[in-house]
Amino acid sequence: MHRSTSRAPLTTEAVAPASSRRSLLRAPLSTRSTALHPGAWWLWALGLATAASRTTNPLLLALLVVVAGYVVAVRRTDAPWARSYSAFLKLGVLVLAIRLVFAFFLGSPIPGSHVLAELPEVPLPDWARGVRIGGRVTAEGMVFALCDGLKLATLLVCVGAANALANPARLLKSLPGALYEAGVAVVVAMTFAPNLVADVRRLRAARRLRGRDDRGLRGVVQVGLPVLEGALERSVALAAAMDARGYGRTARVPTAVRHTTTALTLGGLLGVCAGTYGLLAAKGAGFGLPVLLAGLALALAGLWLGGKRAARTRYRPDRWGMRAWLVSASGAAVGALMITAADVLPASLNPPAVPLTAPGLPLWPAAAVLLGLLPAVLAPAPPPAPGKPAPSPVRTAQPATAQRAADKSAAEGSGAPGGAAGESAAGESAAGESAEVPRPRTHRTSPVLRTPRALRGREHDEESPQ
Amino acid sequence: MITFDQVTVVHDGAKVPALPMVDAHLPEGELCLLIGPSGAGKSTLLGTVSGLVPHFTGGTLHGRVTVAGRDTRTHKPRELADVVGTVGQDPLAHFVTDTVEDELAYGMESLGLPPGTMRRRVEETLDLLGLNELRDRPITSLSGGQQQRVAIGSVLTPHPKVLVLDEPTSALDPPAAEEVLAVLQRLVHDLGTTVLMAEHRLERVVQYADQVLLLAPEEELSNVPPSSPSPPSPRGTARLGEPAALLAVSPVRPPVVELGELAGWDPLPLSVRDARRRAGPLRERLAPRLSPAANPGTGAATTAASPRSAAAFRFRAGSAATGPQPATQGARPLAEVSRLTLVRSRVTALHNVSLSLGAGETLALMGRNGAGKSTLLNTLAGMYKPTSGEVTVGGRTPHRTRPAELLRHVGLVPQEPRDLLYADTVAHECRAADADAEAEPGTCRALVSRLLPGISDTTHPRDLSEGQRLALALSIILTARPPLLLLDEPTRGLDYAAKDRLVTLLRELAARGHAIVLATHDVELVAELAHRVVVLAQGEPVADGPTDEVVTSSPAYAPQVSKILAPQPWLTVSQVREAL
Repeated sequence: MHRSTSRAPLTTEAVAPASSRRSLLRAPLSTRSTALHPGAWWLWALGLATAASRTTNPLLLALLVVVAGYVVAVRRTDAPWARSYSAFLKLGVLVLAIRLVFAFFLGSPIPGSHVLAELPEVPLPDWARGVRIGGRVTAEGMVFALCDGLKLATLLVCVGAANALANPARLLKSLPGALYEAGVAVVVAMTFAPNLVADVRRLRAARRLRGRDDRGLRGVVQVGLPVLEGALERSVALAAAMDARGYGRTARVPTAVRHTTTALTLGGLLGVCAGTYGLLAAKGAGFGLPVLLAGLALALAGLWLGGKRAARTRYRPDRWGMRAWLVSASGAAVGALMITAADVLPASLNPPAVPLTAPGLPLWPAAAVLLGLLPAVLAPAPPPAPGKPAPSPVRTAQPATAQRAADKSAAEGSGAPGGAAGESAAGESAAGESAEVPRPRTHRTSPVLRTPRALRGREHDEESPQ
Repeated sequence: MITFDQVTVVHDGAKVPALPMVDAHLPEGELCLLIGPSGAGKSTLLGTVSGLVPHFTGGTLHGRVTVAGRDTRTHKPRELADVVGTVGQDPLAHFVTDTVEDELAYGMESLGLPPGTMRRRVEETLDLLGLNELRDRPITSLSGGQQQRVAIGSVLTPHPKVLVLDEPTSALDPPAAEEVLAVLQRLVHDLGTTVLMAEHRLERVVQYADQVLLLAPEEELSNVPPSSPSPPSPRGTARLGEPAALLAVSPVRPPVVELGELAGWDPLPLSVRDARRRAGPLRERLAPRLSPAANPGTGAATTAASPRSAAAFRFRAGSAATGPQPATQGARPLAEVSRLTLVRSRVTALHNVSLSLGAGETLALMGRNGAGKSTLLNTLAGMYKPTSGEVTVGGRTPHRTRPAELLRHVGLVPQEPRDLLYADTVAHECRAADADAEAEPGTCRALVSRLLPGISDTTHPRDLSEGQRLALALSIILTARPPLLLLDEPTRGLDYAAKDRLVTLLRELAARGHAIVLATHDVELVAELAHRVVVLAQGEPVADGPTDEVVTSSPAYAPQVSKILAPQPWLTVSQVREAL
């Protein structure tokens, strides 16, 4: 870029291909048209989750958490669904805590010699044999519980990462037409819960206004009914609005096609059931797989035919581009390599709790986990937050460098701590580089030119404080 | 475009129709305003156009509604979706998707328009409504005015022939309301869209209307020549006609029409411009009644402004029987806010706000949606902890005071009064309020009976109308006799009669020494009630002074009467009436 600015304007044509090639390599800013397909994020996260399910090595698990966390920190947007990440982190910690508390009080099947505490054991009747309350607490048992809990927590963090990075409503757009309407209902139902939580919070706060305490269980119980009533009313209003906007309009299809659809779908489902039974049953695994596949094919055909009935079209569906392939491949690679590693190095991936030893970091599985960092470089970068002053639309060399420096320091601030330090430094500089990409012109034109009079200057002020 | 053929609706289980008989035809490209008092059936009539009544809500539709040649009896709402666009009262309940751009496309997706067309129309609509900067934003992060524009845009993209709007500007600040109305007018003029709109705040919309459909029970009409001896149904007939002619008989009308009638202008003026042209003689008549005796106690900032504020002070003293600053001079202020800053989730909601409020004073907080008005009220009521600065109410720090004790110092009626109502009957609610406030049993019920005569003990709070609910919430708060009363948007959804009752009550409270703070967009209410106005912008006070000075200095916040009679400092019709 610096090269191009130093040259005379006459040579722009000559430089343009070079710079466009360079910008192709760097991640663009995430806009509607460049946004990564949400399916890719989910595949990536499921790959990491698969990897997590294969190991109890706390170092590897921590590395997975750090990898997922770093990608989220660098690539998530400011949208409401993206804020759920911290909830998943908290949930993970809670799971870990519960696992440890249970191991402490209910004992663990792991034999151990390092006794931490001796709790009085509750004598239990004969029929409850195998259950223990209290008794000896060993360090080995606790370590085992810790590693086990950490595995669960890591799984949760991976799911949370996908949730924070991918817009659930956009994922919906990729559903086949026949399932779309049902999908909308599911997504609307999913917004029910956050709305309910917001209502409970508002009404509990309103209790203060009536001179009652806004804390405690009673507060929740008393607002329960009004909250449910309000939620129901809102649902009915939304249903009315959706109906008035054409939700559920269907195209006319010939009766024969309708009947065929039903037959295909039902037959397909039956086939899937029978095939699954065949696969799981002790005998008959021979016919299981073909029947399952045939059933799947029938069901898919039914879905495709059913889609004919839906008249709807899709507005700007996400494209599955090169970056989506790469991001999902990186997740798949992490998963696949971990599965292989679990076979090749069982001892270092699932270190035994007895005897107590410090777990070692198996080198090549750790390197495999770091493959999961690729999306931090590959995926389109989120646009700058609206609160921050937008970079100057006039493109000179200086602001670009300043911006890069700022981005770099931001990346450092959110960078990964601990085990991944060396590797995350690489990721950091890559992230810094990618932020320097020339912004797409349409996105960066001076806002003043496009905004009508009334919007100008109101932008920031109008935002509601919530 | 829309034909109502002997239409009336009877809700399930009701004996009386929910609205008067409507027999009218609205031609293409007209903006028709639906007016009438609360409970006259405006929303129900709007529902019949989109087919939601009766297909979605139940009830029985008598007669026939035809929209663009389609009979709503045989067409479900979804089959009318390509010709009718409907926006309800609450834009938030209208949104199906989560970002602006998707929301604009949703209706077209349902109709199955080709992707190229959808893309083009979304871009056009973004420009038409000035939403381009917000296209990727989550809808929940937008302000009220922006949400309303997105809601209108989302029904515009399928290019409906008819637009049905229920109270599109009630929740908006004056500039945002003007923005929305300008868009509507452009649609009517440029695209020939037929707009049918119900609105309580007539002063904002009546000048844009081509026709008015008046929905009011016969007995509520004023000055009706008794020409129709036998009404065809128990609720009478709706009338469609020229705005000026119908407003003359309407039970609800904006100040400009009231003033026109007071001055005896014929035909009645509908816009400030009409009225100003004819106001010359009235101004001359009023000129000698202005007494320029400057009152040193009013605290006017400049000498040029002081005679004005003195004059306004005198009228208000006459009507409300109290002075604006009776107690602030000597006694300690009732509530004091000093250098208050409040940061909530990285947004500075309030910045360096200082205020003090004496007994008997009525203060109006104005400013656009999201300027920090509600936040300031909530901070005064102890809901938020100040980030820096101090708040004291009656010598206490609100957020550190126990709710049960704070109740006796400050009472807040929130924007949504139903947030305060938990019980299933009015009687239970009142008993609970007495217990909360440790007041004499029956205190709250007595207040309710005064504010809402004829309300029965067994009524469910949810069955009350908007105005009745507000009155109930207000009674509950007043049970504890808080010296400081805070009201957040008290006139949303109230018709003029309910507003009048509220104004009378609040004046009485102020006369008894209650300090009142109103956060509102309703400039007419402020003109009637407030002694002092504080305008907030971006969480900072940008103007603070006597009502007439602040209000008349900005065209957006000036009441109609003051616009008509400027430069004379009259604010309300009642002031003018008294002076004449």
